[in-house]
Amino acid sequence: MNWLDICALDEINPLGSRVVAAPGGDIAIFRTASDEVFALDDRCPHKGGPLSQGLVFGNTVACPLHNWQIDLASGAALAPDVGCAHRHLTRIEGGRVQLALNSKEECSPS
Amino acid sequence: MQKLKLVMVGNGMAGVRTLEELLKLTPDLYDITVFGAEPHPNYNRILLSPVLAGEQTFEEIVLNDLDWYAQNGIELKLGRKVVDIDRRNRVVIADDGSRAEYDRLLLATGSNPFILPVPGHKLDGVIGYRDIADTRMMMETAKVHRHAVVIGGGLLGLEAANGLKQRGMDVTVVHLGGWLLERQLDETAGRLLQTALEGRGIAFRLGGVTEELMDNGDGRVCAVRLKDGEVLAADLVVMAAGIRPNTELAEKAGIPCNRGILVSDTLQTFDPRVYAVGECANHRGTAYGLVAPLFEQAKVCANHLAQFGIGIYKGSVTSTKLKVTGIDLFSAGDFLGGEGTETITLSDPIGGVYKKLVIKNEVLVGACLYGDTADGGWYFRQVREGANISEIRDHLMFGENAIGDVGHQGQNSTANMPDDMEVCGCNGVCKGTIVKAIQENGLFSVDDIKKHTKAASSCGSCTGLVEQILISTVGGAADVKPKSEKAICGCSDLNHGQVRKAIRDNHLTSISEAMQAMQWRTPNGCATCRPALNYYLISTWPGEAKDDPQSRFINERAHANIQKDGTYSVVPRILGGVTNAAELRRIADVADKYQVPMVKITGGQRIDLLGIRKEDLPKVWKDLDMPSGHAYGKSIRTVKTCVGQEFCRFGTQNSTQMGIDLERALSFMWSPHKVKLAVSGCPRNCAESGIKDVGIIGVDSGWELYIGGNGGIKTEAGEFFVKVKTAEEVMEYSLAFIELYRQEAFYLERTVHYMHRVGLEHIKKAVLHDEARRKELHRNLVFALSLQSDPWKQQIEQPALNRQYQRIDVRPLESV
Repeated sequence: MNWLDICALDEINPLGSRVVAAPGGDIAIFRTASDEVFALDDRCPHKGGPLSQGLVFGNTVACPLHNWQIDLASGAALAPDVGCAHRHLTRIEGGRVQLALNSKEECSPS
Repeated sequence: MQKLKLVMVGNGMAGVRTLEELLKLTPDLYDITVFGAEPHPNYNRILLSPVLAGEQTFEEIVLNDLDWYAQNGIELKLGRKVVDIDRRNRVVIADDGSRAEYDRLLLATGSNPFILPVPGHKLDGVIGYRDIADTRMMMETAKVHRHAVVIGGGLLGLEAANGLKQRGMDVTVVHLGGWLLERQLDETAGRLLQTALEGRGIAFRLGGVTEELMDNGDGRVCAVRLKDGEVLAADLVVMAAGIRPNTELAEKAGIPCNRGILVSDTLQTFDPRVYAVGECANHRGTAYGLVAPLFEQAKVCANHLAQFGIGIYKGSVTSTKLKVTGIDLFSAGDFLGGEGTETITLSDPIGGVYKKLVIKNEVLVGACLYGDTADGGWYFRQVREGANISEIRDHLMFGENAIGDVGHQGQNSTANMPDDMEVCGCNGVCKGTIVKAIQENGLFSVDDIKKHTKAASSCGSCTGLVEQILISTVGGAADVKPKSEKAICGCSDLNHGQVRKAIRDNHLTSISEAMQAMQWRTPNGCATCRPALNYYLISTWPGEAKDDPQSRFINERAHANIQKDGTYSVVPRILGGVTNAAELRRIADVADKYQVPMVKITGGQRIDLLGIRKEDLPKVWKDLDMPSGHAYGKSIRTVKTCVGQEFCRFGTQNSTQMGIDLERALSFMWSPHKVKLAVSGCPRNCAESGIKDVGIIGVDSGWELYIGGNGGIKTEAGEFFVKVKTAEEVMEYSLAFIELYRQEAFYLERTVHYMHRVGLEHIKKAVLHDEARRKELHRNLVFALSLQSDPWKQQIEQPALNRQYQRIDVRPLESV
């Protein structure tokens, strides 16, 4: 597993997000109210909207363009929409957020 | 934790809907047992007529299949009739001897057809029309017999008659009343209906009194004898002379009943552990027989069963629609009228169109339509909302299309829309898809449609249209409510008005505090309620409530307008549309430096820089050195002006300066929705003041103020508000009105919709007739605005805010 250092947890607002410029395209890192951190490709499966700019609630982000709701843990669009935002692994080590790029993997609907 | 036990007696639409609502609220509170006397799962009883007429099959009208019960852990006991309730030991006993204990009991026993107690009423071939067994029996009888008599010319009777006729029987309807559907139609419409049905070959005996059902000698009915001596051949007699709430079980258990099980506004019976919903319940003297009120009851009852304890059922306004293909009639509210009411009538007996509107105290209270019911849903909405119609009275009869132009918001009738016409532009959903989803899934509300089809779930501008499609598909069963009654979102049962009030009354100043106090069901709300809550908090408690950027849509969080490719547009403030060479030079330099793909003059007399990358936004703002124009928010937008007196040869007032002063005063103001103003220097109105939230027109003797105009989805001309003499008065009156709107409107409600909801008189009373109130409103807004400053500057200067614009580069971790 190739972990990348991203930022301190405090540098992401609760219910907020940051954008990571990764070689394969932007990745959105989300922080929930309970301080869990998730990472998804910053592209909505619908029309490519930047999910990092969406509103976060619970373990869900609403895409800023057309309000598709994406489950942060799996990357799967919530019903009735069908689609998948590619997800990456995250962990918090000593207050710092780390990311491991996930080569292609299907999203597992939660 | 030991679960509570909930037993439901009756497995029909009202009861099962209550369970659905309950499971949504608290999926794990109860172990649920359901007793159903019929051997079927819950089906859509209002679609029995299409089954009888051969337009749908039974399978198509099942609402909850057996899997649904299993998935929700509900123990379903079909084909078992509950015969006794032992209230002391809290046990119900079924006819097969099986028992079930309960902590809460829900009675949803529905109703029975009223069988006229005439001689012969027990013969074979005499049935009511309530369930699928009756329907099947009618279908079987039609195969082998010829003559049918339907007793009762109400909705059910006519649907039965039509179905039997479709299946090839000779049908006569015997009806006691003077005209058909006398509870739904007035006499004129009733006659038109009769003519239409006679055209289909159905015969009628109005004023007919049934005296005897005659035996064929084998214990089967063979004829009906009327009081006037006439004898009608009948192999089948359908009694559709009304329904009686089924209270047998409740009465036996000693629960007070009086034409229905008596229930309170929380659907509780005399025994606090026992609830009742649906056709068996008598609420404030009415036992409803239509599905929409039953669903409203279900919602309230579920809320109390879930131990939330909020929600009160206050009775329903109902509307009806006859489900006979090809015959359009619609009625709602008090369509007969009476003392103190006025009536507007349109009657074209040859063309087969009849419309009657009943008005009381400037409010539409009832409507009866025959032949052309396209506007039925719209009239029904007017009746429910109780809006003042005095201003549209002369167009009212011609329906929604006659009121202004036709637009997206459901303002055009859906009946004539082709199936492949796109309804929801955001998600590409066509009318046919919506209709199919409604029919196949048994949907009754716009929320359900949103979930199944995605229509109206994004920008929401087609919600009205979707609502109309729903109404035209399921008629009076549609669960439609004005925004003032609807829950704010799925996270709470409170509506916008209640939320505002709670925030004010309990001095709530943060989102988490508000959610806790109002018992939000979700830990941090959703994308619908959080922006609304945030606005209500900051507008109610300026300076005290802290703005929460994470609860704002991206445009208001990034202070720029997101475009479809994820870039942003930047519009600096240009007061009154007046700029100068230095500003233009800086804008040009920015356009060069950041290679801005498009520079555009906006409709609001400003300059839009489109296609800016998010990480460049703070730099662009810094280089522009101009404040935010708030072109992205639910906020003040711009004050459009004409040249005015200074240069224009027609100008009567200095409109440009007035516009600049207003825009400066309102800078950085948040509001329920966007707010646009315009100031014109003479009645030629070059600044288009007539379609602005506040429009000002200079005249020789002063200024005229118009409010509630809108040039958006549906063009609305502003209403004349007041004429004043001085620029100071323009400022005071305009700001007072805007503050009233900020305090009272619902989130995402434009001034025009706010004005229609509360009435122009209400606004005039507060702002024009009450000087102290006006000055207070003006003062409040000035105070709230004194706390605001340029958001672009804040974003540049405060690191916590600035962070969102910085992208993070990846660094490999050294020790892996």
